[in-house]
Formats: sequence, structure tokens, C-alpha cells
Amino acid sequence: MAEGTFGNPQVIEEEVDILLIGGGMACCGAAYEIMRLTEGTDLKIKLVDKAALDRSGAVAQGLSAINTYLGDNDPADYTRMVANDLMGITRDDLAYDLGRHVDDSVQLFEEWGLPIWKQKGDEGKSLKDGGKPVRSGKWQIMINGESYKWIVAEAAKKALGTDRIQERVFIVKLINDKNDPERVAGAIGFSVREHKVYVYKFKACLLAAGGCVNLFRPRSVGEGSGRAWYPVWNAGSTYAMAAEAGAELTMMENRFVPARFKDGYGPVGAWFLLFKAKATNAFGENYMERNKDMLNDYPPYGQAAVPASCLRNHLMMHEMKEGRGPIYMDTPTALAKLAETMTPKEIKHLEAEAWEDFLDMCIGQAGVWAGENIEPEKRPSELMPTEPYLLGSHSGCCGIWVSGPTDLGAPPEWSWGYRSMTTVKGLFTAGDGVGASGHKFSSGSHAEGRLAAKAMVKYALDNKDWKPELDTPVDELVSDIYQPVKTFLEYKDYSTAIDVNPNYITPKMLQFRLQKIMDEYCAGVATWYQTNAKMLDVCEYKLEMLKEDSFKMRAKDLHELLRAWENYHRIITAEAHMKHIQFREESRYPGFYYRMDFNLVDEENWKCFVNSTYDRKSRKWSLKKVPHVDLVAK
Amino acid sequence: MPTFVRTEKCDGCKGQDKTACMYICPHNLMKLDKDGSETGHAMKAFNQEPEQCWECYSCVKICPQNAIEARHYADVVPLGASVQPLRGSDSIMWTIVFRNGNKKRFKFPIRTTPEGSIEPYAGKPQVNMDDIDKPGFFNMGKELKGDRSQLIRL
Repeated sequence: MAEGTFGNPQVIEEEVDILLIGGGMACCGAAYEIMRLTEGTDLKIKLVDKAALDRSGAVAQGLSAINTYLGDNDPADYTRMVANDLMGITRDDLAYDLGRHVDDSVQLFEEWGLPIWKQKGDEGKSLKDGGKPVRSGKWQIMINGESYKWIVAEAAKKALGTDRIQERVFIVKLINDKNDPERVAGAIGFSVREHKVYVYKFKACLLAAGGCVNLFRPRSVGEGSGRAWYPVWNAGSTYAMAAEAGAELTMMENRFVPARFKDGYGPVGAWFLLFKAKATNAFGENYMERNKDMLNDYPPYGQAAVPASCLRNHLMMHEMKEGRGPIYMDTPTALAKLAETMTPKEIKHLEAEAWEDFLDMCIGQAGVWAGENIEPEKRPSELMPTEPYLLGSHSGCCGIWVSGPTDLGAPPEWSWGYRSMTTVKGLFTAGDGVGASGHKFSSGSHAEGRLAAKAMVKYALDNKDWKPELDTPVDELVSDIYQPVKTFLEYKDYSTAIDVNPNYITPKMLQFRLQKIMDEYCAGVATWYQTNAKMLDVCEYKLEMLKEDSFKMRAKDLHELLRAWENYHRIITAEAHMKHIQFREESRYPGFYYRMDFNLVDEENWKCFVNSTYDRKSRKWSLKKVPHVDLVAK
Repeated sequence: MPTFVRTEKCDGCKGQDKTACMYICPHNLMKLDKDGSETGHAMKAFNQEPEQCWECYSCVKICPQNAIEARHYADVVPLGASVQPLRGSDSIMWTIVFRNGNKKRFKFPIRTTPEGSIEPYAGKPQVNMDDIDKPGFFNMGKELKGDRSQLIRL
């Protein structure tokens, strides 16, 4: 075929058995497991990443800790922690299964070259050989993680081989099977560097393209809007593509609002755990102490040894709303206290560790401190709850409803044969994609990718003779994908300034509009995370028109075509979030969001999952309650 | 802290089609201005969308000319500071310059094995396809972690 042009891309069609969509921890884990499992079979595998595997996904920058390593802990305790932190509504089967598998991935990371801190006397002894890690919490271990993703990607690349990796191709749509609408048969995407559209047909795919960032107006709206806490390139692609293919989503009302160092969004863990620093209001009072009675409003989640993350925010925001802000991490008091018992050399060492916490995973925070001349022994630093994020791997549990393991006592409705398969046949997910679980973090996402890989191999072998057929002609799909380019080429000369034109909207302006709507009506920072049914009505009305206008986005180049489709995915994700908050008539996550018309945790009526499906043709959502069951005693 | 490219240091990765920074940026921000029509500097790279920069420093760390630095977000951070790494094969060195001129230097390990040395399946067991329906990864023993008496519905 002739070489493509901007308005007329070359179409490349390929058929594989299993497609991995994404390049983060989950897909790297899947790649590792799958290439071993398919040795000696003739199954064809391919991984497609919109970025470069060495630095893609949420771990691109690095990390200073691995937040899930069980060690001597029991998976049942891990399952309890996950459930409590997410206010009781999680799938115990998924959490437990992750808990009993995750350590193997961490041990592989160490074998591959990731430096893991060890306790005195155990230096040089691997985790596998019983070396005791330095813990910064019950579940977390400390690492020198600047090259964490680089190392994990190297193993995945070696396992796959160069020919099975396609970088810089952004998959934007899944395609259902012609003969079975409840089955996935293919995916389409485009190169962000060449005028090429890629159409893949497959038996199964792993959709693991991260969570959703920048669907709410961020606190910084200039250059700083890139300084999101979670990676700014997570555009909700996982949720949007799955929803459009007909997969049932779950707990999309859930969100995460981390409380972090203000503006840089740097991690607070080292200061709390290594330095024993306290967070205080402006007058030096420990608000967790001062407001601890507020936790009793939310039994049992507020009364656990570590209260749920959202409730810790709830107590912090109470101080801010009562006029006792700013909130500070009291670094001077903590350092002065340490100086009483430690030598200057020991303190210097600890100081380096605190800076490494920033430099390994949030360099921007180091920039804020350097720019503001912050000397932590002299000046405390502000803490702030961020704009909301949607994710399923960190302290959040929105995502896709998947089939779970069968040996843990789960109700039969929680399993339909293949671990990690969604309600669409052949469509699997992992990491941020798997809903109603959470607290997997980097290591758990890798392990979850491996679990999905195993089930996908079985699925592909069980369906060896099945041939995928796309339900839509390829030229129609290509035309849809390139619509923003066509719109631009058709109308660009209508006005003299290409950004102001009544015939189209730029992806950037569309993103601003989405963020304004979500911020002002769907419990963003503008309203202190508060909303009600009436505000959600307005939100719905405005999102409807935004979705219509998304089909008038323009793309003046391939970079803008990338942004256009990312923002389309954000809109679908935002709509799911809004619909779920509207449906759940309670405030399950105080501190993350409040339904002011139902400002309580209603255990009697709402201790259940909320699941939804989207109809691609009518563009409408349906929602329902799904019963919750405990598999371990809480 | 969007990254920026020092004009005098960038060599466009010596006229290759794609620069190192373009290769690595997770958000597709770095771009080579081949004919100088976008920046006035032909065959040099630039950050085409600074307000989308996550400050992950992937481009800064990979640039073979050390031509990329970061200028802290102008809408947030006072001018005058810098945070600059030098990434080697087994460690990374950081130099932090504060607005008031104070300096800090840190060096941290990044890797215990030589780059490119991973052999993913060396010494790992073969797969037993009979186990494909059972929990556990191919390289794990049969016994999985967990006191199963805690599973209350079994």
C-alpha cells in the first residue's frame, strides 16, 4: 500500500492471538508470564504501547517504595486492610488472590537488579533467601527505585523480543465480534509519529492502559497543570474503551484525593514514617487528635488501627473549612526531636533519604522546595488535598468488573471461567483496570498482569479454532479515528487564527470545558468536593453537549490527534463517574466526595457494589446494585 | 517544572530521524524542529506542550548531550532554583541549587546488575500446562501463602 499522508493514513492490519494494550507494570507482568506459558505453542502475541516501554505507565519516573509486599503477613490481613481503606466495598476474592501472588513479582524485580533496602545484618541477602526488607509501613518496603520501570521493562522486552513490541501506537477503540456482540474481536489505533492506522484482530486482549488524570480542573491551571499527582498521560482509556465494548464497570463513583505536599504533590510517607512528623493545623494542633471523635461517625472504617484514607482527608478538610488552615507537615519539630537522640551524621543520612523520596518519584517537589528555599528544619511545608483521580491500583477501587478465582469461597456470580476476564468475552484487564480491589500499587499491578496472562493463554487455547471478525468495516473505523484530522483540513482556512473557529474545538479547550464542568458540579475542589442531585443534573446536561461536541474536535497534527482521543476517553470516564455518584444515594467516601443530600454512610442500603454498562449505539448508561459478600471475617 | 532544551548543547541527536528525548517522553512532548520553522532553531529538539509536562525527567536523564534541564513551573515556583541529575549505569547523582544559592548533592544507587543483563527465564522451571487452571505463577512452588482457615465461606 502507498505511504500514508496526514489526511489519508496507511492502514496496517495484523492478526494475533493475544494483544497487550499498554506498557505499564501490568502489561510488563503479562509479557513475562505469557512468553513462558506460550513456549512451544504457536500463539502470536503483541504488545502495543502509546509511549516507550522503558518509561511508560505510572512508574515511568521511578518510585521510592514498593507498597505491596506481604512478607510474613497473611493474605487475609491484606484483604482486610484493602477493604477497610476502601470503606468496606471491595472484592475479597481479588484482593486475597493478589496478596498470595504479589511477592513473587517483587522477588523477580530484585533478581533483575532493583535495589531493595535491607535491615541491618541482612544487607546482601535477597528477599527470596529470607533477607528482611526495611519497611516503611506494614505493607511497604523501601527501594532505590529511580530505574524501577526501566528494569521491569527490560525483562518484558527480553521476554517478548523486539518484533512483538509496537511503541508509539495509541489504541483508541475496541471492536466487537461480528457474530457475537458480547465478544471482543479487535482493536484500532494510530501511530503518533507516522501516518499509519493499525487494526489488530485477536482472540483475547489485555486492556491495561492506566487510570484517569486531568478529568477534573487541577489546582494549578498554568504550566503547573502537568504536575498531576498521578501521571498526566493516564487518560481513562482503560475505562472508556472497556465501557464502549460493553464491559460492566464497577465502583466508578470511587475516586482518590491524595493529601500531599502542596503544589509539587510530593510523597509524605517518609516524613510521617521515617521522621515521625505530625500534620497540624496552622496553630500547631494535631487535627487527627483534635477531630478524632469525627471518626466515630463512620464505624467500623473510622475506628480501625489505620482509619480509611478518605476519613483522614475528612478530618483535615474540617480544619481548613473551619478556618484553621493552612495545614502543615511539622518538619521543624520532628527534626528537632530527632536531633535530641541522633548524631548529626545520622540526621544527614535521614535527610538524604527524605530527598530521595522526592527525587525517585516526584522530582517536581524537590523543585518546589528549592525554588521556595524550604529548609525543613526551619520551615514547615503545606499539605493539601489534590484534585480527584480515578484509578484502581492505588487507594482507589474504580474499574472493570472481572471474573475472580474459584477456590476462595466467592459467590458463583463472581466467576465466569477465566480469571481477570471482563463481562465481554476475550477482554481481560489488570492494574488500574480491575475495579473493586485497590492497594495493588506497582508490584500488585505486575502480578495482576501475570494472573490475566495465564487466563488469556488458556482462553486462546480453548478457542483455538475461533476466528475473529470485526463488526464494523475497517474503512469506516479508520474514517472515525481520523475524523479530527478531516475536520481540521476541511475548515482550517475559514478563520485567520486556526485556534478560533466555529466549526471545531481544539482538544485543549475541550479538556478545559470538561474540567470546569466536573470541578464545579461533580464534587471537585471548587465546591470542597461537595455535590447533590441537582448539581449532578446540571453536570449531566452539560456533559451531554460536551460529548456531542467531542465529535467536532480538530487535530492539526498527530500530536493533537493523540490529545483528541485521550480527551474523548476522559469524557466517557467522567460520565461514568458522574452517573455512579448520581446513582449511589449516600456519601461512601467522606473526604473524597460528599453527596450533601445524602451526607452519611448508609450501611443498610448501600453496602453493595454499583455496576454499570454503556451502550455504544444509544450512548446511554444503565446502573444497578450488586450484593457485597465478605470472604474473610472483618 | 517543564523541561527545556539548551540551544547551544542540543545537537538534534546528530541528524537522526528521532532524538533520544522524542524516543523516551511518555507524553509525546519532545519534538525535533527539523527545519527551524517552529522555534527558529533547525535540527534541535523542544518541548512542544510544556503545560502537559509531568516533570518525570525521562528526557533530562536520557539526553546524551545533557542539553535538557527543567525550569520550575512558572505559575507555581519562584525563579532561580534548579534540580539536575546525572544518570549513570548504576547510580544517579543529583545537584539541587536553591533560589538563595544553597546547594545540595546526593548520589543514589539505581541498579545492582549491568544494564541489558537480564535473562528473564534463566534457571526458571518449565511450564506445566496441567496447572494452567490452578492458582500460582509458573515459577512458584505448589504451596501458596495464606492460612485458608480464615476464608469463612469455604
